[in-house]
Amino acid sequence: MATLEFGLDFWNPIVCITAFLVLIAGTYLLRSRGQKKYKKGTAQTQIFLSGEEPPSVEQRHIKAHNIYWGFFQALKGYYDPTIKAHTGIINDYIIWFTAIATATAAILFIVG
Amino acid sequence: MDKLITHSPILIIAIPLLAAFLTPLISRVNEKARDVLVITTLAFVEFLVIILARDIYANGIHIYTLGASSPTLTIPEQYMVPVRIILEVDAMSIFMGIISATVSLAAAVYSLSFMKEETGRDRFYTLLLLMIVGMFGMEFTGDMFNLFVFLEIASISGAALAAFRTRFTDAVEGGFKYIIISSAGALVVLFSVGIFYAQYNLLNIAALAQVIQYTMLDKIALALLVIAFAMKLGGVPLHMWVPDTYAAAPAGITAMLVVSSQACMYALFRVCFTLYGVTLNMATVGWIVIILGMLSMFVGVTMAIPQIDIKRLMSYHAISQSGYMLLGVGVGLAVLGNPEALATYGREAMSGGIFHIINHALYKGLLFLTAGALFYRTGTRDLNKMGGLGHNMKFTSIFFIIGALSISGIPPFNGFASKIMIYESVYRFNPILAVIAMLVSIITLASFTKAFQSAFTGPQLPQYKDVKEAPRSMLIGMGILASIIIFFSLFPGLIVGWIVYPAADALINQAIYISAVMGG
Repeated sequence: MATLEFGLDFWNPIVCITAFLVLIAGTYLLRSRGQKKYKKGTAQTQIFLSGEEPPSVEQRHIKAHNIYWGFFQALKGYYDPTIKAHTGIINDYIIWFTAIATATAAILFIVG
Repeated sequence: MDKLITHSPILIIAIPLLAAFLTPLISRVNEKARDVLVITTLAFVEFLVIILARDIYANGIHIYTLGASSPTLTIPEQYMVPVRIILEVDAMSIFMGIISATVSLAAAVYSLSFMKEETGRDRFYTLLLLMIVGMFGMEFTGDMFNLFVFLEIASISGAALAAFRTRFTDAVEGGFKYIIISSAGALVVLFSVGIFYAQYNLLNIAALAQVIQYTMLDKIALALLVIAFAMKLGGVPLHMWVPDTYAAAPAGITAMLVVSSQACMYALFRVCFTLYGVTLNMATVGWIVIILGMLSMFVGVTMAIPQIDIKRLMSYHAISQSGYMLLGVGVGLAVLGNPEALATYGREAMSGGIFHIINHALYKGLLFLTAGALFYRTGTRDLNKMGGLGHNMKFTSIFFIIGALSISGIPPFNGFASKIMIYESVYRFNPILAVIAMLVSIITLASFTKAFQSAFTGPQLPQYKDVKEAPRSMLIGMGILASIIIFFSLFPGLIVGWIVYPAADALINQAIYISAVMGG
């Protein structure tokens, strides 16, 4: 029931979960052997920024538009035309539809 | 019970249709009674779908002829061809029926709270039930003209539901775009039906499949049908309406729009495999479907990452995930004429793609419901304005994690099971396609990491300090889908053996579909 056999391979989620549980148990064991002097609610739990005052709560959270900034910069050549093609204008959607339907019909005529 | 099973194909369509028109009447008497009627109707439909599925897996295709002395009497006496309306439910049709029934039930339960503050809920539930009628009709019908009729029913009610909250301008715009592209698609489908009728005097799919000759006109009809359904399912480059409509619709309706798009994908597969089958050049059409799939996967996921509107982000992922299904089934179509390749990897690729359809309906439905819960509590879809919501919305966070890990193909979730079937089989067809599919999965994980980090993690923001968890009915709706995802994740072998392989075989074996109606 749990084992999925396909082609030359198989997949069993129960084996995978068991492996995860063993890993978690090992990690917990390692953690339990660590430093026990941690105290909640003391300076140990305060944010330390080289002596600077930490920013406010709102500013501390990284906003969605800042995430993967480098990725978008690196792929600017792809993103600029792709985003530009998404005009949001319904007339353009129908032009795409007409063009792709025509191209598909042409392929079927030529190739068979 | 036997009578119930015999009549279940028409009951699955007729009961929600009747309930749709009863809803506004009962609503005038008591709103609670209306809610009970809607949920009871959908629960009963789910029950009917399950008993019909069991019967189909045990006894094969289920035929229902309307107006005949016996539901199985497909061709009247003194006639050579079927002339009545016929519902033909095989393992692929009922597979889609299971998806529609389950997601609709979860979406309706969820909508009880989500739509509580809205006016005109009697019309909302009428439209919701009509949309369900349209989806089931598309999945069960055995003739091309009724496919068009049910496509129209699903499209018109879907557009009205997408635009339901008219106070939001983007909702009206989304609904307008949906009705325009749906009308264009439906007109093209009707034109193709006209081409078939003009040539063969037939509308029944099985009867048409028996005589179709792949003439020049048939090629035109095929191109139009493939592209019309590709646009309705959101395949790139015909996908641009998807984020506009999905993002603006109420969350429960967005989950149902996903299933409605999948019903169009089913129609595409039905046309290619059953209507045309071996008459067409499978390699050419297969590659057209594969290219649509690859474009959808790649453009969908790369357009998802920059989004800051959580529902637009998820909408682009819906496009991307449709690509996996098109890729898997497209590979099966491309090798349909090659029995050795079909047996070695074609059937597995198709099964992976079909398994991904149900997985996608579940986890994408769940993700849209979590996005709706966030909107319900914060009043925004903008990820830039969210943060730290996991502190107060713990259940929603857990449901989001389940959906996000599943869509990203992380083991042991069900998304991984279907994706690995696709990777493994597609690799043997063309390794480059499999590598791109894996890359897309990695980018999907990156995108959902961003969404999770932006909405749920981080310090508790002052404006959301008093935010509460989503209401109970919304949690129940999300819980239904999350529970099924976990079940599918734990027992993929059972699900694939029980419903996925029969569905793939139903598409491959065109002759069985034809003989069920035409005899012989």
